[in-house]
Amino acid sequence: MRDVFTMGARPIANLNSIHFGSTQHKKTKNLLRGVVKGIGGYGNCIGVPTIGGQTCFDESYNGNILVNAMTLGLVNKKKIFYSKAAGIGKPVIYVGSKTGRDGIHGASMASAVFDDKIEEKKPTVQVGDPFTEKLLLEACLELMADDSIISIQDMGAAGLTSSSIEMASKGKLGIELDLSKVPCREEKMTPYEIMLSESQERMLIVLENGKEENAKKIFDKWDLDFAVIGKTTTSKKIELYFDSKKVADIPIDFLAEDAPEYDRKWKKTKLPQKIKFKKENFKSLKINNCLIKLLSNPNICEKKWIWNQYDHTVMGDTIQKPGGDAGVVRIHGTEKAVAASVDSSATYCFAHPLTGGKQVVCESWRNLISVGAEPIAITNCLNFGNPEKEKNMGEFVECVQGISEACKYLDFPVVSGNVSFYNETKDKGIKPTPSIGGVGLLKNYKNMLTMDLKNEGNVILVIGKTEGHLDQSVFARNVLNEKKGPPPEINLFNEKNNGSTVMKLIKEKLILSCRDVSLGGIIVTIAKMCIKGKKGVKLNKLKSLINKFEFFFSEDQGRYIIEVSKKNLKKIENILKENSVHFDNLGEVQKDNYINIDSEKISVDELSKHNKNWLMEYMAQ
Amino acid sequence: MNSSVIIFPGSNCDRDMDVALKKFGFKNEMVWHDDQQLPKSDLIVLPGGFSYGDYLRCGSIAGKSKIIKSVIDFAAKGGLVLGICNGFQILTETGLLPGVLQQNKNIEFICKNVFVKVNNKNNKYFNSIDKDVLELHIAHNEGNYFCTSDELKMLKDNDLVAVSYCNEKGEVNEKSNPNGALQNIAGIFNKEKNILGMMPHPERMIDKYLSGEDGSIFFKNLLNNFK
Repeated sequence: MRDVFTMGARPIANLNSIHFGSTQHKKTKNLLRGVVKGIGGYGNCIGVPTIGGQTCFDESYNGNILVNAMTLGLVNKKKIFYSKAAGIGKPVIYVGSKTGRDGIHGASMASAVFDDKIEEKKPTVQVGDPFTEKLLLEACLELMADDSIISIQDMGAAGLTSSSIEMASKGKLGIELDLSKVPCREEKMTPYEIMLSESQERMLIVLENGKEENAKKIFDKWDLDFAVIGKTTTSKKIELYFDSKKVADIPIDFLAEDAPEYDRKWKKTKLPQKIKFKKENFKSLKINNCLIKLLSNPNICEKKWIWNQYDHTVMGDTIQKPGGDAGVVRIHGTEKAVAASVDSSATYCFAHPLTGGKQVVCESWRNLISVGAEPIAITNCLNFGNPEKEKNMGEFVECVQGISEACKYLDFPVVSGNVSFYNETKDKGIKPTPSIGGVGLLKNYKNMLTMDLKNEGNVILVIGKTEGHLDQSVFARNVLNEKKGPPPEINLFNEKNNGSTVMKLIKEKLILSCRDVSLGGIIVTIAKMCIKGKKGVKLNKLKSLINKFEFFFSEDQGRYIIEVSKKNLKKIENILKENSVHFDNLGEVQKDNYINIDSEKISVDELSKHNKNWLMEYMAQ
Repeated sequence: MNSSVIIFPGSNCDRDMDVALKKFGFKNEMVWHDDQQLPKSDLIVLPGGFSYGDYLRCGSIAGKSKIIKSVIDFAAKGGLVLGICNGFQILTETGLLPGVLQQNKNIEFICKNVFVKVNNKNNKYFNSIDKDVLELHIAHNEGNYFCTSDELKMLKDNDLVAVSYCNEKGEVNEKSNPNGALQNIAGIFNKEKNILGMMPHPERMIDKYLSGEDGSIFFKNLLNNFK
């Protein structure tokens, strides 16, 4: 959040992507409970709604869980604040919390490979204080109302060191700081500790001359520390003083621009061979049992236990709560709204990083379209293992390549991001996990779509072609116990064409409910739409060449399930045909709470129970 | 029809309350906790949030802030004082309302829609509301109301339990109690019924595109008292 309001934006929504070890691992439950409490405790206190997220369990995170947070802020584009310092002899101001010894070497610990001794490093974890953050947020936004600020940056990793050097480096200036003036929480802190402390809720500001007093008044009002600790210079050096003695004098370019760049060796991941599933693999299977198994799978089940602990309604503009394809908040006081979704697909990325990288971007794009939002941009957090290993570096290179290709094709710019390497414990690394946070715009929030089925008699279509690709699907991995094979192929042309055509239908108000097809395939998607809408469906007899398990559980990409009214069906079919979009008519919504498929009659209530209860029961055990 | 919303450091539902009051026709002003004087008001609202981080007991430091003296005087003269969520916690800390709000029974923050039964319509907050059950929204970590048996008897004898958690049909039972509150108490009055403290947030239920619209009923009724 601090990174966002530093730019003059008021945070309007939070999202998070969290990855934990196997649900059988002894630490998973406690970690999940703690992380959710932590995220909730902070966001709830500040009063910014948490509108969505993603939770994934996989044994590759047994030693390194991932917690990625995303914040959306709203800013006047003519009043964006940057960190680039400008002007000479301008006062450098320290505001926020006092500096303590917490977090010294925090960033380097976060980038270390973990071993048996890692528990000893616990004291290097900073303790956040959301209350002070809230005060800092209000105080900064108040100060930003006029033009006192030249540049501003939060003190993140490596604290005062990186913030001061970055500000000076970007402005091609020098900076002089008197560390004895830094407000300290603990006694006898050395200049070294002051420079490297990662105490939270602190900002560094370069002010216009003469604005100090007015600025101080604002920070006093909010009970925050305010100190003039230095000034900008022409020296292109960082010069530090402590007790009137010079304690450091280092050229800035040497630390920032001229820092060495790595060109690491990396290895390509070959596309795995496709698995040939045999008839007997499916012989004794029933759709009902498979569906129950998938809906109660930790990665598919409903995550209400988590988001009920996040305040998702504060600020009074949340019009789509967590649990849908994307969260949606209105732009306060306007007709517009923004949708946001976070996604990752480590299983696909591990099997084939290039395809996986493309897939996560496409998934994000689809999630936004599914709520009726025009995708506008993404941010990303790239979580990988030790880059000194050729395989890991290769995963990184190819995932980035995949993300890049998809973003270029879909005209979906990457506006920010973060990289986390060395996610490894005792030589065991995580699966490559790029998390993508996508943002979309609704010009009129009243046109937002939700996934719950609306009315009996409506027709259900699947947009996009179902090829029956089961490799790497949740079905193959959990029902057939087959963990090999390539991820589903990404065809960017189809992805874009299908998405844009769905968007066209949405604009003509022809879609009543919508959800993209992802984990678990068509049938899991329909089941979730039934559960949300408390309705059933009667599915048509298959005309497809593939078997029903391949049809219903495959995870082919670029697909959406849409509900449309019968009277519009012809018109919709024509639009789809005109745009060369493949679709299949799957069946009809019905009032009774059952999914009728061939001779099977599956109770939606029963499915709902399994989907809703799994996490609740797991956490209660 | 003048209202004032007090902002404490850490309040975070102050803007939402301002939006709601204005939407239904109040002339609202925001008041900083460090001020001593209240603007001329018919209604004072203590909004939700985490005043002073709630690092001590919830609401305890806000209960000692400068403006509170004026709020107590205002209430003593019969002015309407409404405390929502953290505001309710502050009211119990100032002693304007009896009891305390403990941590939720499941020791987790809860954010969801709930139903509450309106127990008493003989007051300015609920007087012309037709419905007996309202759907409102809660978002709190400490909403588990508790008081001594004497205080409970006093509340009951004087009919001061304003709203109780219930199910859709208005049945008050253990299953419809989200946080372990004593006898499902969601909100209470003082003896004169000019002070109301409650955990649910009516200001989050003022638009059909949000969680629902029962909050609108609450604000419309409140305003009608001043017409």
